[in-house]
Amino acid sequence: MKYDIILAGVGGQGILSIATIIADAAVNAGLQIKQAEVHGMSQRGGEVESGLRLSDTAIYSDLLPAGSAEMILSMEPMEALRYLPFLSRDGYVITSTAPFRNIPDYPEDAVKKDLEILPHVVGIDIETLARENSMPKSANMILLGAAARHIGILTPEHLKESIARIFGRKGRQIVETNLRAFDMGYAKI
Amino acid sequence: MTETRLLLGDEAVALGALHAGLKGVYAYPGTPSTEITEFIQKSEAASAAGIHCTWSTNEKTAMEEALGMSYAGCRSMVCMKHVGMNVAADAFVNAAMTGVNGGLVIVAADDPSMHSSQNEQDSRFYGKFAMIPMLEPSTQQEAYEMTGYAFDLSEKEKLPVLLRLTTRLAHSRAAVSVQPGPDSTVRLPAAKDPSSWVLLPGNARKRNDYLTSVQTHLSDIASFSPFTFITGEKDGADTGIIASGTGWNYVMENGAAETGFPVLKIGQYPLPEQKIKEFAASCDNVLVVEDGQPFIEEQVRAIAGSGTRVLGKLTGNLPRTGELNPDSVGKALGKEPVQFYAKPQNIVPRPPALCQGCGHRDVYIALNKVLASYPDARVFADIGCYTLGALPPFCAIDSCVDMGASITMAKGAADAGLYPAVAVIGDSTFTHSGMTGLLDAVNDRSNITVVISDNLTTAMTGGQDSAGTNKFEAICLALGVEPAHVRVVVPLQKNMAEITAVIREEIDYNGVSVIIPRRECMQTLSRKKNKTK
Ligand SMILES: Cc1ncc(C[n+]2csc(CCOP(=O)(O)OP(=O)(O)O)c2C)c(N)n1
Repeated sequence: MKYDIILAGVGGQGILSIATIIADAAVNAGLQIKQAEVHGMSQRGGEVESGLRLSDTAIYSDLLPAGSAEMILSMEPMEALRYLPFLSRDGYVITSTAPFRNIPDYPEDAVKKDLEILPHVVGIDIETLARENSMPKSANMILLGAAARHIGILTPEHLKESIARIFGRKGRQIVETNLRAFDMGYAKI
Repeated sequence: MTETRLLLGDEAVALGALHAGLKGVYAYPGTPSTEITEFIQKSEAASAAGIHCTWSTNEKTAMEEALGMSYAGCRSMVCMKHVGMNVAADAFVNAAMTGVNGGLVIVAADDPSMHSSQNEQDSRFYGKFAMIPMLEPSTQQEAYEMTGYAFDLSEKEKLPVLLRLTTRLAHSRAAVSVQPGPDSTVRLPAAKDPSSWVLLPGNARKRNDYLTSVQTHLSDIASFSPFTFITGEKDGADTGIIASGTGWNYVMENGAAETGFPVLKIGQYPLPEQKIKEFAASCDNVLVVEDGQPFIEEQVRAIAGSGTRVLGKLTGNLPRTGELNPDSVGKALGKEPVQFYAKPQNIVPRPPALCQGCGHRDVYIALNKVLASYPDARVFADIGCYTLGALPPFCAIDSCVDMGASITMAKGAADAGLYPAVAVIGDSTFTHSGMTGLLDAVNDRSNITVVISDNLTTAMTGGQDSAGTNKFEAICLALGVEPAHVRVVVPLQKNMAEITAVIREEIDYNGVSVIIPRRECMQTLSRKKNKTK
């Protein structure tokens, strides 16, 4: 069994932390993984993407083939659409609904429409949820929680263990906030 | 004891080197190579073992420092991005002439598709040019294993070894099984053979004869390298595949081995000629799959007999530019890519931009204000975050070529009578290769205005230490810039009147002026604040 995910967002939104947690969980679940990141130039407020491939057999390519992703997980709605050519027929798009407007003429209406016509799409306003629950830095963990039900190759427990491990260095309080964010996202779906 | 670690390709190289008894890494940052050195800088074991890992001023100083460490009998590694090889080339090529004592491994990280670079040059040409052994991993596991192997090979052959990475391997993570090596660093007696190390023509000719004479041997050991192997059924196939590096991954992803294509994997150079000859003889067609320029393909054309057709980038079977991917390689193997959803037409690009609050922004606002009254002005810029001044809303720069070229191009243009000729260069780029150009300008009394936009760090590559921090005024004065024309300002909106006045005065001055707008990078500042919280 394999599970390919495209993580998308804008530089600085924290998609690499999501990637780190899924990857850590996968290794601890005994899966093969490949996680291709983008560093450098594109991190300055530009589009960023990370391809995550999980499998119980060997994975050769670091890059996803077109039409192969079981999930596009995005911190930003237009960024979710950018990678649609990678989505498999029955793949899920799970995305934040809050536009990140750092460009002129952000096509807000078009983005909404293009998302609505997809067969499997889950939009969730993680920014508002994070703000209202005083966890402004944990929007990405709310999104991960929302995705967890679909990432069948990993259990939510695997992911929560990794949240505890990865954020462990930053102290108990940060771990707890992020676990709470994860649960909140999980409950939303 | 083996353990499993989740590592970037870059980190796998770093750990491979540490486990091979490395004594020092020498590097200048550059995407996608930076994380190799950063991994060693963060390693507690490395710091306990006293392993050298501070940044060098540029790739050439790094290369020479590593050669010195090798001379003294220890294992050393040099890391850089592909264009860094151009800067290090003089030392690199001549290190092949002297040969090495302690193992010396040079890691060059190429960037096909130019995710963060000015060109797509393929470092393997440098390895061939210098006539030294080269290794090219496909996976993170191989990156780890090849690094240790590279040190052994370097000491055995007494030559530097080039390890070539590409962005997709350098910046992709996978589980790597690692074997912590000796606790101590390797130490051989220091070299003391001037006939190898003093490259006077009389010695150099002998070294050149030697280097030339071992080429067949180096190709033979590549044939028997653990990193050169064939998968799939060899006999009876009409098309065989020769693949290296990340190209091999895409071949395997497409199930080539299972669908009956024999695949020769190339992991070591000079190319294993004998092996390639035999492989090609058993196929009517050979498809060469490699990320980068058609380096193997051109040579296979010469090695394979006339009965074999060689296919690849030169024949249009694979795209000539950009990085390969599973779909482009699949297509070359006769598979059509599947796509269920098209990218909607309304999606617009989201280019990177200077951070909010960045001092470079104020510098460009000020420059644009002043230069509006000089229609003939040209701004020769350089490489770093401030290159983003080329994009709207600033559109403030006219050139960006290679590190250091701002000052020297401004000087050349001023020599031709262009006025005002303004150079914009970052602090790290200035010490990397701007200082020598400034000396040229001073010696000629060129009419240029140099802006050293000092954010106290090497920001573009993630905020590494910058070699000249706190020394810029002293450097400029020592190079002979007139004290009255070394001006420091603080790039903030509230100082705009002062900054524009300073720029105007220095443009009006006929001679070399240096303006240093200085304010810390927003990224390093907020990281520091988070740390002290
Ligand atoms: C020869 C070479 N080495 C390294 C790089 C990678 N690189 C691009 S810009 C840069 C550093 C820029 O630092 P600085 O001049 O201080 O400008 P900042 O990004 O901080 O604004 C580096 C290391 C390169 N492009 N070319």
